[in-house]
Amino acid sequence: MTEQAAEEPFHDTDRQEQADRLGMLVFLASEIMLFGGIFAATMALRIQHPQDYMKAASHLRLALGTANTAILLTSSLAAALAVEGARSGRSRWAARALAAACLLGTAFLAVKGYEYAGEYREGLMPGTAAAHFSGPLQRLFMDLYFLATGLHAFHVLTGIVLMLTAALNRTALHDRRAVLIGNVALYWHLVDIVWIFLFPTLYLAGVP
Amino acid sequence: MTRASNRPPVVPPEAALPSYLRAGYTLRSWLLTTDHKRIAILYLVSISFFFLIGAIAAALIRLELLTPAGDLLTNDGYNRAFSIHGIIMVWFFLIPSIPNTFGNFLIPLMIGARDLAFPRLNLLSWYIYVVAGLITLYVVLSGGVDTGWTFYTPLSSVYANGAVVAAILAVFISGFSSILTGLNFIVTVHKLRAPGMTWGRLPLFVWSHYATSIIFVLATPVLAITLLLVAAERLFGIGVFDPALGGDPLLFQHLFWFYSHPAVYIMILPALGVISELITSAAHKRIFGYWFVAYASIAIAVIGFFVWGHHMFVSGQSYYASAIFSFLSIAVAVPSAIKVYNWTATLYKGDIELNAPLLYAMGFIGLFVAGGLTGLMLAMLAIDVHVHDTYFVVAHFHYIMVGGTVTAFFGAMHYWWPKITGRLYPEAWARASALVILVGFNVTFFPLFLLGYEGMPRRYHVYPESFQVLQVISSCGALLLAAGYLLPVAYLGWSLFRGAKAPANPWGATGLEWTTSSPPPKHNFIEQPVVERGPYDYPISDPLSRSND
Repeated sequence: MTEQAAEEPFHDTDRQEQADRLGMLVFLASEIMLFGGIFAATMALRIQHPQDYMKAASHLRLALGTANTAILLTSSLAAALAVEGARSGRSRWAARALAAACLLGTAFLAVKGYEYAGEYREGLMPGTAAAHFSGPLQRLFMDLYFLATGLHAFHVLTGIVLMLTAALNRTALHDRRAVLIGNVALYWHLVDIVWIFLFPTLYLAGVP
Repeated sequence: MTRASNRPPVVPPEAALPSYLRAGYTLRSWLLTTDHKRIAILYLVSISFFFLIGAIAAALIRLELLTPAGDLLTNDGYNRAFSIHGIIMVWFFLIPSIPNTFGNFLIPLMIGARDLAFPRLNLLSWYIYVVAGLITLYVVLSGGVDTGWTFYTPLSSVYANGAVVAAILAVFISGFSSILTGLNFIVTVHKLRAPGMTWGRLPLFVWSHYATSIIFVLATPVLAITLLLVAAERLFGIGVFDPALGGDPLLFQHLFWFYSHPAVYIMILPALGVISELITSAAHKRIFGYWFVAYASIAIAVIGFFVWGHHMFVSGQSYYASAIFSFLSIAVAVPSAIKVYNWTATLYKGDIELNAPLLYAMGFIGLFVAGGLTGLMLAMLAIDVHVHDTYFVVAHFHYIMVGGTVTAFFGAMHYWWPKITGRLYPEAWARASALVILVGFNVTFFPLFLLGYEGMPRRYHVYPESFQVLQVISSCGALLLAAGYLLPVAYLGWSLFRGAKAPANPWGATGLEWTTSSPPPKHNFIEQPVVERGPYDYPISDPLSRSND
C-alpha cells in the first residue's frame, strides 16, 4: 500500500491518475485511426469487388484464425483479472494474471507465425510467385491481409512487453489504484478489439 | 509600448526565484529539460532552421521563374526544389510552428499550470521531431525527391526517383511528434486547469489549440498508415495503390487528403487563436461573442474532417460525392467567417492601441479573408474545373499558410516576446517590419491569382512569355518579403541583449500568463493562481466603449 507522491506538474495523485487514464484513452483513439486507414482500404476492395474478395479470403485458414480469436479474448480476460487483483490488494495474483496474459499473447504470435509459415510455403507472400491467384485483386487482398495482421502483430508484441514490464514492477503491483496496470490492460483490450474487427473482415469474409 | 495597467497587477517577487532561462546554463540543462518553456525554445530554434531551408528552396523557385525559359534549374531540379519546399514548410515548419512553440510555452501559463501533463513526453516529442528532421536533411543532401509534398501515387510508388522512402519515413516519424503533442495538450487542458479556470474562462488561444490537438490525434495516424502503404508498395510491391497490382490510385488521394485537409486546419487554427489574443489585448476590450469564437474552433476541426473530397473534383470521383464535398467545404467557411466578424466587432469602439502585434493581426485578417474567399471559389465545382492545379490554387493556400499562419506567428512573436525573453523589442522597427511583410507578401502572391486565372499551371518552370511580367513582379515581391522576415530577426536579436527589461505585464493584458514575472520562473507561478474572472475581463476605461459592453 505504498502511497506515492504526485509527480510534477500535478498537485495530487488523483488528478495524476485521471490524467494518465485520459492520456491512454486519447492515444488509443489515435491507434484506432491508424488501423482505420487499413480498414478503409479493405472495405473499398470488398465493396468494389465482392466476388474476388470472398474467393481470396477463403485462402486463409479459418481454424487458426478462430483459435487465435479465442486465445486473444482469453488473454484480455487475464489482463482484466490483473487489474481486479491489483485493486483488491492481491499483488501476487495480479502478477500471475499478467504473466498469463503475456503467455497467451505469445501463443497468439506463435499461431500467427505458424500460419504465416504455411502461407509462405503456399507462395501467398507478397512478391512471391502469385500462382494461386486468378487476378491482381486476390493478390491485393493477401497483401492487405499481411499488412493488417503484421501491424496488429506488432501491437501484440508491444502489449506483451508492456504487460511484462508491469508484472515486474513492484510499485505498480502494489498500487491499489492500478494506474499502470489499468492503462496497460486498456492498451491490451484495444489490441484485442482491433483483432475482433480484423477476424470477420479477413477470415469470416471467406465463408460462403 | 508600455502602458499603465488598468488594474494593479499582481507583482511577483521577482528576486525570489530565478527565471526559467537562468535555471541552468549547461547544454545538458537544455537538451534534457522537461520544462515546457525550454522545450518551446528548442522547437523555436529547430523550426526556424527548417524555415530557412524551405525558404532557400522557395528562393530557387522564384529565381528560376524570372525567365520563361528553364535556364537556372533543370526540369528535375525544379521538381526537387518545390518538393523540398513543400515537404519542409508543411511538416517541419507550419504544422509545428505555433502549437509547438507558443502553444507549448503558453498553454500551461494561460491555464495556471506548472507544466504540461506529461513533461517527459513533451521532450520526447521534440526528439522525434529532430530525428525526422535529420532524415529530411539527408533527403535534401542526397538530391531530394520529385514527388511534390503530396506524394501522389503512382508517381511516388512506381515512377519517382530519389530518396522517396527516406522522405516518407521522415514525414511518418514527424507524425508521432504531432500525435504526442496533441495528446499532451488535450490532457493538460482537461486535467491541469487552475482552480476557478472553468471552460468558459479559457483563453481562446487555448480553445483553438484544443481543437488543433483533436486533429493532431485523429488525422495524423491516417497519414502514417497511408505513407506506410506507399513505402510498402515501393519496397515490397504490395500494390494497394498500383492498378497493375490490383490497387486503386484514387484510394491514395482519399486517404492522403483525409489527413491533409484537416492538416490545413492544424496550420491555421492556432493562428486564429493567436489573433483572438492580439485583438483583445490591443482593443482593451472583451472579445465579442466568446462562445461563438470558441465553438467556431471546434466546428472547424469537426467539419474539417469531411471536406477532403474538394481536392479531387477533377480526379474522377462521383458527381454526387463532389456536390456533397462542395457543400461541406462552403459550410466550413461559416465558422471562419464568424471569427473574422467577431474580431472586427471586438475592435469596434475599442480602446485601440495601434501596436505592432495589432498591425500583424490586422494584416492577418485581410490576408485570411482574401485566402478564405478564394477558397470558397475553389469549393465551387464549376470554378474548380477551370482553375484546378493552377497558380490560383497556389495563391489561395499561400494566402492562408503564409499570409495567415506566418503573419500570426510573427504577431505572436512580438506580443509574447517580452514574456518569453524578458526584454522589450523596439516598437518602431516592429511596426515597419509588419508593413514590409504585408506589402511584400501581396506583391509576391497576388500576381499568382491573376496568373492562375489566366491558366498558368502549377509546378511548371517553363512558361509562355506573356506571363513573364507577373512572374517578375512576384519574384521581386519575394525579395521584399524576405527582407521583411529578416528584419525582425535583426532587431529581436538586438533586443535580447540591449532591449529594455520587460515588466510582468507590458500590455496591460488580462491573461493569466501576464500575472507572473517576465520571463517566468521554472514552475511558472510562485503560488498556485486562483482564477476569478474571464480571460478578457477588461475594465471599462473609456466612456465611449461603455455603451457596447
